[in-house]
Amino acid sequence: MAYDKFNILKSSAVPLPIENVDTDQIIPARFLKATERVGFGDNLFRDWRYNSDDTPKKDFVLNNDTFSGKILVGGKNFGSGSSREHAAWAIYDYGFRCVVSSFFADIFRNNCLNIGVLPVQVSPVFLEQIFAAIEADPNSNFTVDLPQQKISIDASGAAEHFEINPYKKENMTNGFDDIDYLLNIKEEIRTFSQNTPL
Amino acid sequence: MKKTLFDKVWDKHIVQQIDQGPDVLFIDRHMVHEVTSPVAFLGLKNRDIKVMYPERTFATADHNTPTINQHLPVADPLSAKQLDALEKNAKEHGISYWGLGHEKNGIVHVVGPEYGITLPGATIVCGDSHTSTHGAFGAIAFGIGTSEVEMVLSTQCILQPKPKKMRITINGNLQFGVTPKDVALFIISQLTTSGATGHFVEYAGDVFKNMSMEGRMTVCNLSIEMGARGGMIAPDEKTFHYIKGREFTPEGADWDKAMEYWQELFTDEGASFDKEFIFDGAAIEPMITFGTNPGMGIGISKDIPTTDAIEGGAATYQKALDYMGYNEGESMIGKSIDFVFVGSCTNGRIEDFRAFAEMVKGRKKADNVTAWLVPGSHKVEKAIKEEGLLEILQASGFELREPGCSACLAMNDDKVPKGKYAVSTSNRNFEGRQGPGSRTLLASPIMAAAAAITGKVTDPRTLINS
Repeated sequence: MAYDKFNILKSSAVPLPIENVDTDQIIPARFLKATERVGFGDNLFRDWRYNSDDTPKKDFVLNNDTFSGKILVGGKNFGSGSSREHAAWAIYDYGFRCVVSSFFADIFRNNCLNIGVLPVQVSPVFLEQIFAAIEADPNSNFTVDLPQQKISIDASGAAEHFEINPYKKENMTNGFDDIDYLLNIKEEIRTFSQNTPL
Repeated sequence: MKKTLFDKVWDKHIVQQIDQGPDVLFIDRHMVHEVTSPVAFLGLKNRDIKVMYPERTFATADHNTPTINQHLPVADPLSAKQLDALEKNAKEHGISYWGLGHEKNGIVHVVGPEYGITLPGATIVCGDSHTSTHGAFGAIAFGIGTSEVEMVLSTQCILQPKPKKMRITINGNLQFGVTPKDVALFIISQLTTSGATGHFVEYAGDVFKNMSMEGRMTVCNLSIEMGARGGMIAPDEKTFHYIKGREFTPEGADWDKAMEYWQELFTDEGASFDKEFIFDGAAIEPMITFGTNPGMGIGISKDIPTTDAIEGGAATYQKALDYMGYNEGESMIGKSIDFVFVGSCTNGRIEDFRAFAEMVKGRKKADNVTAWLVPGSHKVEKAIKEEGLLEILQASGFELREPGCSACLAMNDDKVPKGKYAVSTSNRNFEGRQGPGSRTLLASPIMAAAAAITGKVTDPRTLINS
């Protein structure tokens, strides 16, 4: 599915300094019943965001007007658990284009890369600096520069390099998806399949 | 070059290596269920393409399905719509579809092995993280997202960077009362919920060699709970005996050809791993979890660790204990419970029900406990009845439900109410996993049986001895 190209993102950020945020928290299973990719942002962090009577939980960060932006900053091991791509969809649909953490779960990271959300893995020390910058000024801007593979804290100028597979980087900067690539080598796949043992 | 089991299977499936990019990996078997596939099929429709190899694709309904009155129309309109979409998509693309009421219906990771879809040396994917289960047969099996489901449907391939390799070796004899579930929960407690992220795990050593195929499935199933892409065990005579003669297992000359490949599936002496762990099997106790991720588990005789003894953020740890209503330093033994769930792709197979039934035989379910016993498939359900286990369960006050994922993720009506405690044989104790506000204690089927009888957390060994 096509998504917006990702180049340089300058934005304030929403802090979620909790470790091991699993995809059941990002979107609980009972909201996975759609047959189309619409409306998942409404249920992003549903049970942390709303009480059982659907009133907002005032102390949850998404209900706090102080914080906004296209960058979500999470604690270590973000996106563990279920493979549901709906978690990445919910993050995208809510309006985030980038998730920053000191460590990502594998499937969640792949899902993000496949739908146009950039997962940026930083060192634990830099992650603390980001949280501190937001705490000092919730309007702090951050610059995520995909071509340069660099994330910086605008106020202090502190910056860190981040890794991304060169193939995935090209896809994200151009809005390409893997299926287009695979469809172009279908004949090669067909030939390969004739010699598989199973 | 010396190769690991994982290398041998992975390398055999590389269609193309993209320069500085991921590998194009050919997928032998693709399993599909109702929750993570509809958007992928929609993608195919938008591109006006068909499933490339429908004969390599298998669909079953499991996540959403009710576990009572399956003969009636599904009451929840959203679930019904999703199930309906799977049936239509399977039909349109010529995929075998084992829907609600079909004799082969069941949890995707239970029916795959039952019908010989799961084979050694195969690459197997499904839009479900517990696809790692199939690694028990020496397959490379892992969970994928919906975009990747669309890739596999349309081209039978997936773009994946090759993961790092980890080996976990456990030798020695397991103590009395220690099950494969305990072995897995022990490993995860040692490595933490993210300790194997980025790696594919091979389980080696006597403990896994001596394990039944179903036990190996339980262990491989839980690989994802320490972040691993998957886990696998080298196939042996036990594996070949298990698969032989099943509906989709190769026969005759095809079997012989496959066997030539399968015989080579072991890690070469001297092959290297990025990480290695070695544990002593005799040191493992029956395990139970006390927190909100599967790494937060302890031996039943131990106390809940104190904040200063844990690695990582104290605030996150305290948040987990607060959610569970527990304090550091407490024993889990004697904690009151409300629900018991036996089932799921982790522990919903016949051996699990045999173990549970043996433990409850001649005893009565505690009045304060609601028990949901959900077989992993119709085949398991049938075996429970044929082996006389149903009578034992009923005499002890238990009822058997119909197959499905059920309370493992509570997409259907099997939800544990807010604040209630469930001892569960499933795989995740995340906040709200078994229903909004529910509190889950992960354990083996015999630990679940001990809890169901006593109405509280109980060391199952005390009941076996008495």
